[in-house]
Amino acid sequence: MDSTLALIALLDGVSYASLLFLVAVGLTLIFGVLGVLNVAHGSFYAIGAYMAVTLGRWLVANDWNPWLTFPALLIAAIATGVVLGGLMERFLLRRIYTKDPVLQLLITFAVFMILENMQRMVWGVQPYFMSTPLQLLGNISVLGINYTAYQVVFLPIMALLTLLGLRLFLRHTLAGARITAVTQDREAATAMGIDARAVYFTTFMIGACLAAMGGALAAPTTSVVPGMGAQMIVLSFAVAAAAGLGNIEGALVTALLIGIARSFAIYLFPEVEILVPYLIMVLVLLWRPMGLFGMPEARKI
Amino acid sequence: MSRLRMPLTAAALTALALPAAADTPDTIRVGITTFLSGPASVFGVPGRQAAEMLAEQINDRGGLQGVPVELFFVDEGTGMETLLSEYRRLVDTVDVDVMFSGISSGTCNNIAPLAEDLEILNFMWDCGTQRIFEEGDYQWVFRTQAHAAPEVLSTFLYLMDHAPDFETIAVVNQDYAWGRDSWAIFQAALETLRPDVEVVAELFPAFGAADFSTEISRLQVLRPDVVLSTSWGGDLDTFVRQANQRGLFNNSLFVLPLAESSLERLGFDLPEGVIVGARGDHYFLHPEFRDDDDFTGFMDAFKERTGDWPIYPVFHMAQAFAALEAAYDAAAEATGGFPDRVAVRDAMEGISFSGLGREVTIRDDNQGLEDQLLGVTRRADGFDFNIMDDMIIYPAADITTPVGQETLSWIRALDESFLEISGDRFSHED
Repeated sequence: MDSTLALIALLDGVSYASLLFLVAVGLTLIFGVLGVLNVAHGSFYAIGAYMAVTLGRWLVANDWNPWLTFPALLIAAIATGVVLGGLMERFLLRRIYTKDPVLQLLITFAVFMILENMQRMVWGVQPYFMSTPLQLLGNISVLGINYTAYQVVFLPIMALLTLLGLRLFLRHTLAGARITAVTQDREAATAMGIDARAVYFTTFMIGACLAAMGGALAAPTTSVVPGMGAQMIVLSFAVAAAAGLGNIEGALVTALLIGIARSFAIYLFPEVEILVPYLIMVLVLLWRPMGLFGMPEARKI
Repeated sequence: MSRLRMPLTAAALTALALPAAADTPDTIRVGITTFLSGPASVFGVPGRQAAEMLAEQINDRGGLQGVPVELFFVDEGTGMETLLSEYRRLVDTVDVDVMFSGISSGTCNNIAPLAEDLEILNFMWDCGTQRIFEEGDYQWVFRTQAHAAPEVLSTFLYLMDHAPDFETIAVVNQDYAWGRDSWAIFQAALETLRPDVEVVAELFPAFGAADFSTEISRLQVLRPDVVLSTSWGGDLDTFVRQANQRGLFNNSLFVLPLAESSLERLGFDLPEGVIVGARGDHYFLHPEFRDDDDFTGFMDAFKERTGDWPIYPVFHMAQAFAALEAAYDAAAEATGGFPDRVAVRDAMEGISFSGLGREVTIRDDNQGLEDQLLGVTRRADGFDFNIMDDMIIYPAADITTPVGQETLSWIRALDESFLEISGDRFSHED
């Protein structure tokens, strides 16, 4: 494998990692703050994608300016995250924070299954597609290989913006400081007048929006199909666990690690491609059981 | 085979096991396993819609031997455990007369021995694995359609006819049984009949993969003459769209044996000049039937009802119902009254029937002989997607593994004369 091929594989890996990061960071944020591993995160991803496709196709069909499909992706993601995330936190999770983690896991899994069926009722089973944003940005040629600008430029930028935005929010805003405080010590934070319930509510909605955004941004590149949520929840769990659950920057590093390793595997050992994310997770966890960046019982954000 | 053997064994036990007329029941109960959830529901749901329409048609005609059919559906997408217990429930509690099962090869592998144990007539209506009748001998299980060998070999023949001079090939198949098995068959044919062709990449992305960017980059580097993919559903759609967006269709000839089921969905994202197959002679513009009123009536009614043109599982379902109807008619004639289940089963031996295409015949090993249609995508007036042109229908008998032989070893023993199988040619304009 020469350096040209290495660069090509690197580009593919980065674009794949960007989407992976967007979904995994929401999962890890929710776990870091609420301590709940939310399996329904996969559904938020899928529904975000369905919403984005539905909205985008409606815009195109009604002859709106095609560039409006870009804001449509964001609007679909935020609407999905706020509504579904808000409802789920308010009416379900709020009742179970003190319960056994296994029970929490089962309940979020139940929500996942309910939402999977709901998707089928609403959107049916045929694959959906809405590639307008991808086509608008066109192709760029690197070393004679055609790439879509959407995948190798736009998606990585969105991932970086998300990371920077989250950092800024958590470290330099009052709301972010509240979240960090509740994460470190809920009781002390509550004693100082922070409404922990509101913090949980907000955090869960933000996490849900991130999952939906992953789905919405993936939608122009892929077929939106039943079962896409299940695939993503497993992968993003591998990313979050290898990073150390609750670690945001770590999620970016492991997403890149997994994305790039996967694309190199397709060049060098295509047979092991689908194993790569899990191999990396297992190796990392054998070496550092708390994850690459996890620290036992220290601050999680 | 069972008809010859039956009297010997059965007579020794009891005469009751012999085919006979039975009391006429209120309904003929048909259990159908099909994917109603998961990725394969792109086939399963049209299959179910077809079954409902076909049952209505049969009942409007007065049913089978005067008895209406009643359908019971089971979702194959819920996992093997549930599927097997639901299957048993339909046989034991609902007391179905016949089962159509199923779509997935995994289903058929598990259901075939169970049907044999339960002594229930089972039509494998859509699954592709060639192994079942090659590895076992069944009395109650029949396949009312082709299997992987003729489907893949017809693709190979079409490619050899259409672009005989290709030198390199890459494969991008889903990483599960069908993706692996179909490549094994194609590869065996290549190694035997075109040993000079170089396989430059064998890529097996995960089943349900959402992104093929890396595979597509690699194919752009390798520039194979031919890219083969037996993928289907959302996987195929995504692969085609991503490949088209990045100009891969300009570099390589694409061969997509299951793309008939994606034509309408993909629209013009599937460019012209791609080799497309249909797992049989399944095509809503079937060149031999598109002027037939019954055929076009069903196509239009299906489009009207579901919003989509029929795809191959609809045709496979029609074959299962056609087989059932033919079997009841033949059994009624043989017994002189309403036939019992053994009589219906016996009538299946060697029977011929036509669904929405050419006639299918059940061979000695219970395998259906179904002709195979392939074509090349082309733009045509009146359609907002590319349709098939330069079609060839290959005769099943020449491309199906002979009775008693194992597919891969049969292919490895083929010689050049296999490439002379030419099939019947049709063009869209005719």
